[in-house]
Amino acid sequence: MLDREILLEKMKTSPYRPMRSKIIEARMLTDKEKFFRIELEDNTRLSYGPGQFVMVSIFGFGEAPISICSSPTDKGYIDLTVRNAGSFTNKLHQLGEGDIVGIRGPFGKGFPVDNMFGCDLVIVAGGLGIVPLRSLIRYLMHNRNDFGSVQILLGCKTPKDLLFGQETKEWMRRAEIKFNCTVDRADPDWKGNVGLITHLIPGVDINPTRTYAVVVGPPIMYKFVIAELLKKHIPDHQIIVSLERRMRCGLGKCGHCQIEGVYVCQSGPVFDYAQLKKFRGECHEKN
Amino acid sequence: MKYAALKKENLNKWLEYLKSKARLYAPKKKENQFVFRPVKNVDEACLKYIPTVIPPKKYYFPQKEKLLKFTVEPFHTAKAIAEFEEFILFAVHTCDIAGIQCMDVAFKEGPEDPNYLNRKEKMTIIGIECLEYCDTHANCASMATHVPRGGYDLMLVDIGEKFIIHINSEKGERLVRNVSYIKEAGAEDMAVLCFVREKKKNIFKEEFSAGLDRVYQAFGDGFKHKVWQDVGRRCVACGNCTMVCPTCYCFDVVDDMDLSLNSGLRYRIWNSCQMDDFAKVAGGEDFRKGRENRQRHRYYRKFRYPVDKFNRYFCTGCGRCSRACMAGINLVETVNALMDGGKLNNA
Repeated sequence: MLDREILLEKMKTSPYRPMRSKIIEARMLTDKEKFFRIELEDNTRLSYGPGQFVMVSIFGFGEAPISICSSPTDKGYIDLTVRNAGSFTNKLHQLGEGDIVGIRGPFGKGFPVDNMFGCDLVIVAGGLGIVPLRSLIRYLMHNRNDFGSVQILLGCKTPKDLLFGQETKEWMRRAEIKFNCTVDRADPDWKGNVGLITHLIPGVDINPTRTYAVVVGPPIMYKFVIAELLKKHIPDHQIIVSLERRMRCGLGKCGHCQIEGVYVCQSGPVFDYAQLKKFRGECHEKN
Repeated sequence: MKYAALKKENLNKWLEYLKSKARLYAPKKKENQFVFRPVKNVDEACLKYIPTVIPPKKYYFPQKEKLLKFTVEPFHTAKAIAEFEEFILFAVHTCDIAGIQCMDVAFKEGPEDPNYLNRKEKMTIIGIECLEYCDTHANCASMATHVPRGGYDLMLVDIGEKFIIHINSEKGERLVRNVSYIKEAGAEDMAVLCFVREKKKNIFKEEFSAGLDRVYQAFGDGFKHKVWQDVGRRCVACGNCTMVCPTCYCFDVVDDMDLSLNSGLRYRIWNSCQMDDFAKVAGGEDFRKGRENRQRHRYYRKFRYPVDKFNRYFCTGCGRCSRACMAGINLVETVNALMDGGKLNNA
């Protein structure tokens, strides 16, 4: 009996045990993406960096890795934005204000914000890539004087797929941030760029030694964007990416997120291009 | 006492004694194969056996293991479950003990896995040294797992009329201390043990065509080698190789709701990197598409990645993956083909 109690005591700190968390705000951003603001139990607040992720639980439906899209400078809650893409996220979309979910984390290595101090930043977001990047952008906003110029290049399929567009424009007004957006297919009201995001990069003024480029988007986007950034002579280790993988534990055990010998959940999801280059396969973002 | 001796006629008596101390698992014959089973009748325990269908990992890393007990409303009951009891694994081959050592390394690497470590704490391992090959599938000499190298509490060696027992932990010593028919091994016993070990050197020969340094190198160079195409063409993606591997520990996490739809259990269950959705994300992108890539991944998880990470090979030479393969993919042949640059015989 004694043994059993000791074990239960130990298991209280089990990394598999999620925290009770409450959705305090929920709204659809587009037809497919929903925004959630979440408060964690007992006023505990996750200590996280921009670019890290959490495992979200809905009991009976499972658990999935979701990027945090708020900044650690946003106190008292975390934000998540989720595309309805599978059975778990479909269930998550049915939840709203007041509903309870489980949260484990944070996991992984986020964007290297400390290394970026005093540098210019080019942020390239394709589609859902803006979600983890919102965490970084908000962090930059709240620590604006630590960084040089900030340029955001945002690409999506059509104008109505644009996430956080309004929010980004607001940052632009308040702080020195350049924002450029392009869509694959315009609608009659669209007045901005039309075409691939890669077309925006040649026009960007870059001093490569003092510039970090942060790129997040669908796998297909990376190689083309990175090729353009390399033409601008940005060093490999200053090109930062964040990778999406299937994950079940977040602890470097379950094996699903592995790229060759690397567990993305522990060593990533943020990598620099120097690390990415070493992968010989299993990394569609590079090949 | 470091070495003890047990007369064979007293073996069953000792097994009864072990059974009285904790839950006892031992190999047992099942049709033409062997399986680890709880010992009911001590006569059924087999000391001479071909590696069991499933390695003893099923006891310290169960195929389906509870991670959490949860209630949706109110939420707060999401409490992890711990249900462990002391158990003894009896007659474990040295290859499987090497497998346990690999799992230890993987689960102790931070963040630690408390479920595995708690279970492992309750385990007593009694090994048995193989004096000849179990069958032709084993590659334990190449992996140097055919001789005991720690990781056990007691190790038995059959020297004819007796077993010599190497006592390797206090936990182990407690199981032989004060047992009237287990005596300290004498000088004569030790001489026989030396002789038996010496004889073994002529029986076990490296199965790979070159040493492990060369194997490691071949994996470094061979990522795009044609052997992976050959293996991928034959593989039927059944996942047998990973289920039976003593060092495969990939898992999936699933929830099981009871009929009330308010409470349930969260389990982790064995999963296999050979399954086609293993590395697929919700958007549909599959990062390890193709059986050739998934087989290559399995081999690299034995012969390259863990060596870089832990300085340890995660192949124990037990031969189970070759034995269990429905398509006849043989580990020794594959590794040799990778090194020789040749084609597989039956490709």
